[in-house]
Amino acid sequence: MEALTIHALHDKLVHKEISAVELTEKFIARKDAVEPDVKAFLSDNRNNALEAAAAVDKKIAAGEAIADMAGVPGAIKDVICIAGQNTTCGSKILEHFKSPYNATVIEKLNALDYISLGKTNMDEFAMGSSTENSAYQITHNPWNLDYVPGGSSGGSAAAVAAGEAVWSLGSDTGGSIRQPAAYCGLVGLKPTYGLVSRYGLVAYGSSLDQIGPFTNDVEDCAIVLNAIAGHDAKDSTSIPQEKKDYKKALVNDVKGMKIGVPEEFFVEGLDDQCRKALEEAIDTYKKLGAEIVPVKMPHMKYGLAAYYIIAPAEASSNLARYDGVGFGFRADGTDIVDMYRKTRTEGFGPEVKRRIMLGTYVLSSGYYDAYYLRAMKVRTLVKQDFDNALRTCDVLLTPTAPDTAFKIGQNDNNPLAMYLGDVCTVTLNLAGLPGISIPCGFKNGLPIGMQLIGRALDEETLLRVAYTFEQNRTDLKKPLPMGEVEL
Amino acid sequence: MKISAEEIKKIALLSRLNIEDDQIEEVGKQLNDILAYMDLLNQVDITDVAPTAHAVSMRNVMRDDVPQPSLSNEKALSNAPKPENGYFKVPKVIQD
Repeated sequence: MEALTIHALHDKLVHKEISAVELTEKFIARKDAVEPDVKAFLSDNRNNALEAAAAVDKKIAAGEAIADMAGVPGAIKDVICIAGQNTTCGSKILEHFKSPYNATVIEKLNALDYISLGKTNMDEFAMGSSTENSAYQITHNPWNLDYVPGGSSGGSAAAVAAGEAVWSLGSDTGGSIRQPAAYCGLVGLKPTYGLVSRYGLVAYGSSLDQIGPFTNDVEDCAIVLNAIAGHDAKDSTSIPQEKKDYKKALVNDVKGMKIGVPEEFFVEGLDDQCRKALEEAIDTYKKLGAEIVPVKMPHMKYGLAAYYIIAPAEASSNLARYDGVGFGFRADGTDIVDMYRKTRTEGFGPEVKRRIMLGTYVLSSGYYDAYYLRAMKVRTLVKQDFDNALRTCDVLLTPTAPDTAFKIGQNDNNPLAMYLGDVCTVTLNLAGLPGISIPCGFKNGLPIGMQLIGRALDEETLLRVAYTFEQNRTDLKKPLPMGEVEL
Repeated sequence: MKISAEEIKKIALLSRLNIEDDQIEEVGKQLNDILAYMDLLNQVDITDVAPTAHAVSMRNVMRDDVPQPSLSNEKALSNAPKPENGYFKVPKVIQD
């Protein structure tokens, strides 16, 4: 089985077994073959990709060193600005919006000669857990096309799982990288809040949003994190810190490490087969010499309610900018308020409107204390639970989601049911902590995800614990669901 | 019911959204279901707990006030739905 990883393909490129242009052409052909079924992409960047690949080939021919990511095709969630390209956020209101500047992550990737085959589908403004809320198309799960790929970064996850890209970027406000990674059998990382610049990431919940990678293995995750992490003066919430090499964290050893298992994540609603897969994962760690520590996190059960107050509150404020004046769609109106209201009513989809109204309500006079202020206090308690657990434990191990992917259409007209599926992921965003989802089994042919949670800015330990599992459970690795990519 | 039809209309106005009369019932039901779930938070003892707005506590981040290049007028207006003479154009705000 040919390993479809950044590191394996990088080796092929530097050893001149394949050129970057040839590699890009292979992935374009693959994309053309499977995209009608998967519908992961909202735009096609093949011409720019081939140009960038030719530049990489020139460097290789001239004997220059190339970056780990150089020339290996990827994809970018359509919530991240790339100069001159459309950024729709899966919304009609931004259908014709062309970014006038690059996001900081794109500037960083440009410097490494990255290649993107296009921008990927998502729930409108990253609000959703299935990618069914896109105004343009529904993305299908490559493991079973009747099922959702998860969301909101479902296009980015499906593109990698379908072999249309080797890596991709997503964004995670309440699980939007980790949950689709779990549903699509990938590695997905939400970095510590402040590790990756949000400059040029279209805002949803500004105190929660982070950009992170989807990859086929943990080593690739470290490679993409190396590329995108780092302080940025253009993001005032970016954390000043020294540059790290996350590849150094790829150590196959967890002996003596303490892995906390919070019982609150393993209670009602967790599917039996998912529970079994997680228990086997815990056994694996035990056999490898880690110490498994049961921990109690009494406020976790309130995290989801707090999240679904705080995130819509921030969204209602952030999305006020879509007013038909500076950019995006405008409807005609009799006066300015009529213009605003018609523009937003026609431009936004139902879930976005719901969250704007919910957020406006919880911030409105008379309800602020009962909802928003209370939720911010519960956020403090949630964070304290994590601080306490991670004082004794190196990482925490939980499910990424209560079950595997659900069928397309299953949660139509039931937004609350959709929200409840985010119960395992949202609390990390409230606490600003890093989390990684890695595959830990299958149920009826659909992947199961395991979430590891780390201390703030300690992505190294997280990667090490994930890497050790992956290296010792090669039995879990399956070929790509839609067939291997012929190189 | 946590939120009445009248309140839904008021929230729609504050949100700068229109809501048709025949949608109020469905929207109201969904919002009420969600808000009913939020009642869970009333079980938490929040006495003397300080609120957290941001997980990473950072003070105001300052930089030197040095002029730097920014978007040109042309680029800044390139996505505007109705630009005119180098400006954003909006419907009349001040009444006659």
